[in-house]
Amino acid sequence: MSDLVDDLRAVLGDRVRTDGAQRALLRRDASVFEGGSAGPICLCDNTAEVQHVVRTAITHGRAVVPRGAGTGLAGGAVPLGEPVVISLARMNKVLEVDVDARIAWVQPGVVNLDLSKHLAPLGFHFAPDPSSQQVCTIGGNVANNSGGPHCLAYGVTNAHILAMEVVLPDGEVTVLGGLDAEPAGYDLRGVFVGGEGMLGIATRVAVRITPNPPAVRTLLLSFETTRQAAATVSSVIAAGIVPAAMEVMDQRIIIAVENYVHAGYPTDAGAVLLAEVDGLEGGAEIDAARIAEIGRAEGATAVHLAEDENQRALLWKGRKTAFGAVAQVTPNYYLHDTVVPRSKLAEVLDRVYEIADRHDLLVMNVFHAGDGNLHPLLLFDAREPGVYERVHAAGAEIVEASLAAGGVLSGEHGVGIEKQPYMSMLFSDDDLDHQERLRRAFDPACRSNPGKVIPEGHSCADIQHLRTVPEGVWG
Amino acid sequence: MSLDAFVDEIGDTGPVSVAGARTRWDLGGTLDPSARIVTAPTGVVEYLPDEMTVTVLAGTPVHELSQVLAERGQRCALPDRGGTVGGAIAVGENHLEVLGRGTLRASVLQVRYVSAEGRLVKGGGPTVKNVSGFDIPRLMTGAIGTLGMIGEVILRTNPIPATSIWVESSDADPFTVADVVLRPGVILSNSATTRVLVEGHAPDVASAMEALRKLGTWNECDGPFDCPPHRWSLEPADLRSLEGVHVASIGVGTAWREVEQPRRNLPGPVVEISRRLKSNFDPTGRLNPGRSVI
Repeated sequence: MSDLVDDLRAVLGDRVRTDGAQRALLRRDASVFEGGSAGPICLCDNTAEVQHVVRTAITHGRAVVPRGAGTGLAGGAVPLGEPVVISLARMNKVLEVDVDARIAWVQPGVVNLDLSKHLAPLGFHFAPDPSSQQVCTIGGNVANNSGGPHCLAYGVTNAHILAMEVVLPDGEVTVLGGLDAEPAGYDLRGVFVGGEGMLGIATRVAVRITPNPPAVRTLLLSFETTRQAAATVSSVIAAGIVPAAMEVMDQRIIIAVENYVHAGYPTDAGAVLLAEVDGLEGGAEIDAARIAEIGRAEGATAVHLAEDENQRALLWKGRKTAFGAVAQVTPNYYLHDTVVPRSKLAEVLDRVYEIADRHDLLVMNVFHAGDGNLHPLLLFDAREPGVYERVHAAGAEIVEASLAAGGVLSGEHGVGIEKQPYMSMLFSDDDLDHQERLRRAFDPACRSNPGKVIPEGHSCADIQHLRTVPEGVWG
Repeated sequence: MSLDAFVDEIGDTGPVSVAGARTRWDLGGTLDPSARIVTAPTGVVEYLPDEMTVTVLAGTPVHELSQVLAERGQRCALPDRGGTVGGAIAVGENHLEVLGRGTLRASVLQVRYVSAEGRLVKGGGPTVKNVSGFDIPRLMTGAIGTLGMIGEVILRTNPIPATSIWVESSDADPFTVADVVLRPGVILSNSATTRVLVEGHAPDVASAMEALRKLGTWNECDGPFDCPPHRWSLEPADLRSLEGVHVASIGVGTAWREVEQPRRNLPGPVVEISRRLKSNFDPTGRLNPGRSVI
């Protein structure tokens, strides 16, 4: 029997990498999860190559793991059991833009922000804007059903994907969804988005492009407490306003951000609410005024309206570089992601601070408040002995507190490896069994990104694919 | 009837179907006469206007739900054609005003359904944003009850715009309307006349009207056209070449015509996945026998 690597190279040539350094690099994603081990890494250039790699992996009894930019935070792209890693990063072309139909066909390796930059001269953008948008890819956004600050009004990735060409786990190529109004059959496209690479690999994606709104108002409201900021968010929604974005940052993260990018955030504030409304001039003006009014009624000490595009860009830069900014505080952080009902934000935040204190950890909060999507950042120095245990214990308690408040495990990062152990807290055995039935309809042999999402005991033949590959199979 | 009683009625053996108001009863084929017919429980379980979510039982008429929401200035994405909430979700078709209300699929946050084994299964979650596990609500929406019988759902709601008016014009090009109105509720054309639902804050509606008047003469009208009976799903660009009696939803691709849309064939691998879904979720084929989306 011929060797796996030789068979892969028969089509991909030197774009199959097996050296230790490359494999070590792709052992991880942006999460804290260790324990990954990559098999051969295949840098694919087109659908036919992805299909070849998938089929070759099947022949050799190996699993596959697709990978975009590796910015995932839940371990979804961490390769388990030396699978063949399929990198889509080189498939980074915008293939076609149809402004009339408001559709763009793109390859999965297109970087999220690059797509919006490409569309800007035409007056359009791609609405989902994760904080990692400068590096994360559309394929990764599809796999994780990614969100971002502006998903409050515009919806997460699933609402912006019309159709996809995919290589299925058995190596077949097909199209899911369609450009027509209501494609026939089961909504396989809708199910595939957020499938975390376990239902197949998207190789071409038709995305909905969104017209840039003519008017935007960006407000920065300062509060003495995070609780007041959270209460304002609830009151804005209760008043029937759906802003484009509502982001809250607590004092610790404000200070970190100010030191880092000098965005003009008030470092003496206990918390800020960054709110944005868009649309036409008149309506944006009305909504901005009402948000300011509601904020003041909830105790805002200052309301600042960005005066021009530069000020607005700077405020957003502060928000979007928040995770980079914490590097000055400690070398490591663990970013959580849970969702709670908006009305429970203040209560759950109090719990988050209390949990972090009890575990002797520093916590910072910067989050998509409008969606109730919490992102507590637990800061630590990995060199400190025993710190990981404390970080994980605090993380588990934050998840428990969010679920107890009627929330869910993840708003946008996905389940991956991180939330797998918690799935049974949200779902019954029957619920998980049905998720597994869905997965097996796409991948009966569990070859695609095994070992993720579905907890052990509910999952099919994962164990077979997660076995350690003996040394020396590299040829 | 309670959700538990619904679970008992579906049971775990024998062919079974759930009837709503039967407005789309023959969709996906004729029900096998052997099927026992059950109705779903009714009522709004919990409405949280401040969260913009509502938990509602599947047998609830859509117009009743709409009334409850309207009392708090909100609406949802479900079409009201005299049917039930569960029926609308099982069918999966969007509201006529889909541009303003959003798609039905995006509005279903959580489903609780009875499985072929007679178990109550939950997919999704109660919050407006959620990626915890695979998207079972998307799978159940539009599955016409072939994978599970929907008993209760949590839906996303939205504020009713401050102002909304229907206007019509016989000289404006409907395809240009989409370029000048930022967020219309819907744009309909029957090739002779264009009707637009303009909604939003009063000044936004006024400026949209100003933009529209540059395209032609507009008069207020009562609402949408009476649509021909057969719903077609087309690409938005296909609407430009549509002939015969029709109403077309510009920018969306839905059209209503006098004749039925020919069967849309699915690619082979899609059919294969769909068959596996059916056999994984309903191994004995007892749910809605005779009907299929494949």
